[in-house]
Amino acid sequence: MEFFVTTGRYILFLKNVFFRLESRRVYFPKIIQEIHELGMSSIGFVSFISIFVGAVVTLQIAYNLENPLLPTYIIGLSSRDSLVLEFSPTMISLVLAGKIGSNIASSLGTMRVTEQIDALEVMGINSASYLVLPKIIAVMFINPFLIILSIALGLVGGWLAGNITGICPTEDFLVGVQYEFIPFNIAYSLLKTIIFGFIITSVCAFFGYTTKGGALEVGQSSTKGVVYTSILIIIFNYFITSLLLS
Amino acid sequence: MIEVKNINKSFADKKVLNNFSGYFETGKMNLIIGKSGSGKTMAVKCMLGLFSVDSGDILFNGRDFINISEYEKTKIRQEIGMVFQGGALFDSMTIEDNIMFPLKMFSGLNVIDMIDRVNFCLNRVNLKNVNTLFPSELSGGMQKRVAIARAIALKPKYLFCDEPNSGLDPSTATVIDNLLKEITYEYNITTVINTHDMNSVMEIGDNIVYIEDGKKEWEGDNRNFLSSGNKKLNEFIFSSKLFKKLKSAI
Repeated sequence: MEFFVTTGRYILFLKNVFFRLESRRVYFPKIIQEIHELGMSSIGFVSFISIFVGAVVTLQIAYNLENPLLPTYIIGLSSRDSLVLEFSPTMISLVLAGKIGSNIASSLGTMRVTEQIDALEVMGINSASYLVLPKIIAVMFINPFLIILSIALGLVGGWLAGNITGICPTEDFLVGVQYEFIPFNIAYSLLKTIIFGFIITSVCAFFGYTTKGGALEVGQSSTKGVVYTSILIIIFNYFITSLLLS
Repeated sequence: MIEVKNINKSFADKKVLNNFSGYFETGKMNLIIGKSGSGKTMAVKCMLGLFSVDSGDILFNGRDFINISEYEKTKIRQEIGMVFQGGALFDSMTIEDNIMFPLKMFSGLNVIDMIDRVNFCLNRVNLKNVNTLFPSELSGGMQKRVAIARAIALKPKYLFCDEPNSGLDPSTATVIDNLLKEITYEYNITTVINTHDMNSVMEIGDNIVYIEDGKKEWEGDNRNFLSSGNKKLNEFIFSSKLFKKLKSAI
């Protein structure tokens, strides 16, 4: 029962976010600010994770390819497909759910319990739209760039790991990366990322915005937001893949 | 002036406001007083539209505030200034940006005029050289003064304050009280203050509404406050030793 109540509240919250908008000039600087705060500040974090994930993926693929009849470039090809189809869009989105999502939920939760959201409402501002819409647009806009960066750095990490350990020479790795490249995979990956960006921001914002109580509840909202976001990302990942790749 | 007529508000089985009524005059310091949990904050939040009422009417200068569209409500809200209990200043903005915020949203002024207005409001609440500071860098009393400056930035017709003295020392509390009083008289604002601070009641209470269990129990001013004869009000006033002594002295 609580599931349906929460879902209903989430839909009403989204209605508030997307309708009764403030003037456009209000949103533009906020979107730029959110791109900086939520997106640009994640570049270092995403880069670090991507390089190591790419390296590990390459090593694991090499470890599982024991058949000497298989060409070495398969390592590059498999690394590319793993990173493009799954690791970068899904894993990085899960990581961002923790970083960006908890940031959104806790900042909105704090604004709620310190009456800053009430202050906006009293001024006649649609607080849900003013605070949340720029975050949604910013993350949906910047996430694909982060994922492209993640794929690129993941491949660099894989190439480095292959080279350093000697399991896949540069030439073979590059052949594998370019072999039978399907551009649609990139589109699929970016589409997933955009949908995950929406889930991360809207779900975490919902839990933060509807916080009641004090500091303890802000922490609980943040945790709930990240947990629900992660579950939804995993579920949507399955459905999007079923729709687009099967 | 603000008229509140028989408003009711319940949460599940708990009735928070029970036929609460009040008449809050323009140019006067209207105080809603009562014990913690008596419903005074809810009364103010209903008057601001932060909570919807189950029944009853709220009129701002004769304009219905209940049965109107969200757009019309927004228009009335732009005439309202609010000082929250904790100040509710935006943490991520400087003091200047906090006060400029409502001006940016609604005034249509250019940046120079907005900065002039910000400085005027800060001067009015006796604060100087704080424009570039963040709220966390100010004391509680200074934050309250910034909150007042933000509330008056758009020249409101109505000013609401939720326990403006809570957490302040008596001397700072008096400064805030006097400031609110001066602003109310100077700009002829309808000010509604929600408090349980007895010093404030005695100092600035032009019109006092005593609320208990969501219901208005007494209405008057600070001249007849101590001699009201209302049993519930007297229990509230003379619960402290100081006021008991005062009563015996009277």
